[in-house]
Amino acid sequence: MKVHEYQAKELLAKAGVAVPAGIVVSTPAEAAKAYEELGGGLIVVKAQVHAGGRGKGVAVGPEVDRGLALAIASGEKSRPDGMAKGVQLVKSAADAEKAAASLLGKTLVTYQTGPEGQAIKKVLITVGHDIAKELYLGLAVDRNTKRPVVMASTEGGVDIETVAHNTPEKIVHEPVDVALGLQPFQARKLCKALGLSGDSAKKGAVFLKNFVKFCIDSDASLAEINPLIVTDKGEVMALDCKLNFDDNANFRHKDYAALIDEDEEDPAELRAGRSGLSYVSLDGDIACLVNGAGLAMSTMDLIKYHGGEPANFLDVGGGAEKDQVLEAFRILLSSDKVNAVLVNIFGGIMRCDVIAQALLAAYDEIDFRVPLVVRLEGTNSDIGKALLEKSGRKIITADGLTDAAQKVVAAAKKHSAA
Amino acid sequence: MSILVGKDTRLICQGITGKSGGFHSEKCKEYGTNLVGGVTPGRGGETAVGVPVFDTVAEAVKATGANATMIFVPPPGAADAIVEAADAGIPVIIAITEGIPVLDMARAVAYLKLYHPEKRLIGPNCPGVITPGECKIGIMPGYIHKPGRIGVVSRSGTLTYEAVWQLTNLGIGQSTCVGIGGDPVNGTSFVDVLTMFEADPDTDAVLMMGEIGGDAEEQAAALKASGKFTKPLAAFIAGQTAPPGKRMGHAGAIISGGSGKASDKIAALEGAGIRVAKSPADMGLALKAAIGA
Repeated sequence: MKVHEYQAKELLAKAGVAVPAGIVVSTPAEAAKAYEELGGGLIVVKAQVHAGGRGKGVAVGPEVDRGLALAIASGEKSRPDGMAKGVQLVKSAADAEKAAASLLGKTLVTYQTGPEGQAIKKVLITVGHDIAKELYLGLAVDRNTKRPVVMASTEGGVDIETVAHNTPEKIVHEPVDVALGLQPFQARKLCKALGLSGDSAKKGAVFLKNFVKFCIDSDASLAEINPLIVTDKGEVMALDCKLNFDDNANFRHKDYAALIDEDEEDPAELRAGRSGLSYVSLDGDIACLVNGAGLAMSTMDLIKYHGGEPANFLDVGGGAEKDQVLEAFRILLSSDKVNAVLVNIFGGIMRCDVIAQALLAAYDEIDFRVPLVVRLEGTNSDIGKALLEKSGRKIITADGLTDAAQKVVAAAKKHSAA
Repeated sequence: MSILVGKDTRLICQGITGKSGGFHSEKCKEYGTNLVGGVTPGRGGETAVGVPVFDTVAEAVKATGANATMIFVPPPGAADAIVEAADAGIPVIIAITEGIPVLDMARAVAYLKLYHPEKRLIGPNCPGVITPGECKIGIMPGYIHKPGRIGVVSRSGTLTYEAVWQLTNLGIGQSTCVGIGGDPVNGTSFVDVLTMFEADPDTDAVLMMGEIGGDAEEQAAALKASGKFTKPLAAFIAGQTAPPGKRMGHAGAIISGGSGKASDKIAALEGAGIRVAKSPADMGLALKAAIGA
């Protein structure tokens, strides 16, 4: 689960991690008021969406071609005057109001959002600082060491993936024992690697200790502070922050529910999640419904291997019961681009005849406007297949993975041509 | 006895009084697994699935001589259940539970490494382990398996069943099938299982199913390339068409060194002389070709 920058900074501040003072607002008038409350001077106005690349991103209305906006946000085309950037510097309350007006209600397109962009409903008004150094700090759980690892680099403020690719030696890794937390010597090592000395090193060590403690206590699976800045006065603070919480730990963080911004999520993915389905939308035209994540990914591979394009990843879990299948069909068929549906179920504990009955019941409850190919394997697969074939519905049955893939690819082509 | 489990396995189930724990304990017992007891705190003295229920794993071990456990405890208590099993002296701990917080697993795995390095944790979030014809521990359908001499190891559930079913239909039996689970922090890696299969006189060759993310498959390729795994090996990687996804930061991508991409994994495996099936329909055939059958 992701949260907005302003939410991340509020959580960090509570945990004793230094962040610039800021106020989140949702109207231009509030922005002007916030400018004054923060004491004026140099102030930054930042669009609040979950995607990165906001500084180069552009806020546009419905009149602007989104492909063009994406090209500008990706640096392929130059930004015309008057097109607002996602992050703006202001020096007066009037300018803060103007900047907020240029963002609120618009759609922010960045290289990470894709052409559809994301609606800006809130902006963060935050104090600007004179920056002496821009650094990078991240934390993620590492599969190899099976521990959280702190990553630090002097190359802050830029795309860290480029740094990792071109100059991996510029990123320092420090694994943390979850029970012990970040030890003082580790904080000193990291500060040294970040080039911090004297008073800044002391402040950096406190920052690091509280940051790591916060990540562990809050079950953050991924945290990134880019840039981590050192001000001209030697203060160390998080200028930006991205946080991702481990959804599996939500049972012990009841307060997180209030942080979710449903507008930032894909509506189909959100709907699937509520029914215990795991769904990811893709660009193709062959929808698939599969039990188990590994088999679901393999089914997408199979469709592609036989010349088709998968429209989604959908894992109904081990069972495939009627209500879940029905909801899954509804989600799959809600997209206009779908030309055929493939159901691929390996019925192990769950018998294939029971699954066939669930498929038929679900089929009858909705208007199935595209061809449906079903491959059932496992316990009672023959009975299940016979039930589908004798049902009188327009269901194409398949034997084995290859047969299923060939049939669904052909059916999709035929439907799209019709 | 192949690897990990066999005729001498004496199994308990932690969470036996729950819906899934009870159902699958029953299925394991039907398969012929020697189920000797169960554990649910506060339910000691009861009977479930025809075996005694204990309040603690230590009591269960003392009374039944259990040497393996199958964990169905819900996520909030699952890491605790793993540590409890290790402290009670159980050498083979198979955690089926899906959805355990990753930091809970980091704590549990660190504890096991420090205090119980000789204990073997399989999973979590895995289908379990089966030695066909002898012992089934987990949620896999038993009848799709056939006793034989091919080891199977996988990060996935239903994809493993698919692969096993292909082998069985080709007339190729399995020595032991191990699901290591799909979570980022788990107890046992591909390299661990391949090392066990290498030492097992009852296993002639191995079929391995990997997937995108992390670099466990690259490590398996390196093991093969180094000559530490000498038996024929065939593989499949799921997720060749999976998109990079809407990521939030980049820390996850850079952490493990490897890209996590299917294409890089396939290149690493093929570079080590491992046969990789191009289609999931051909997993069994890839193994068949690898053993020259």
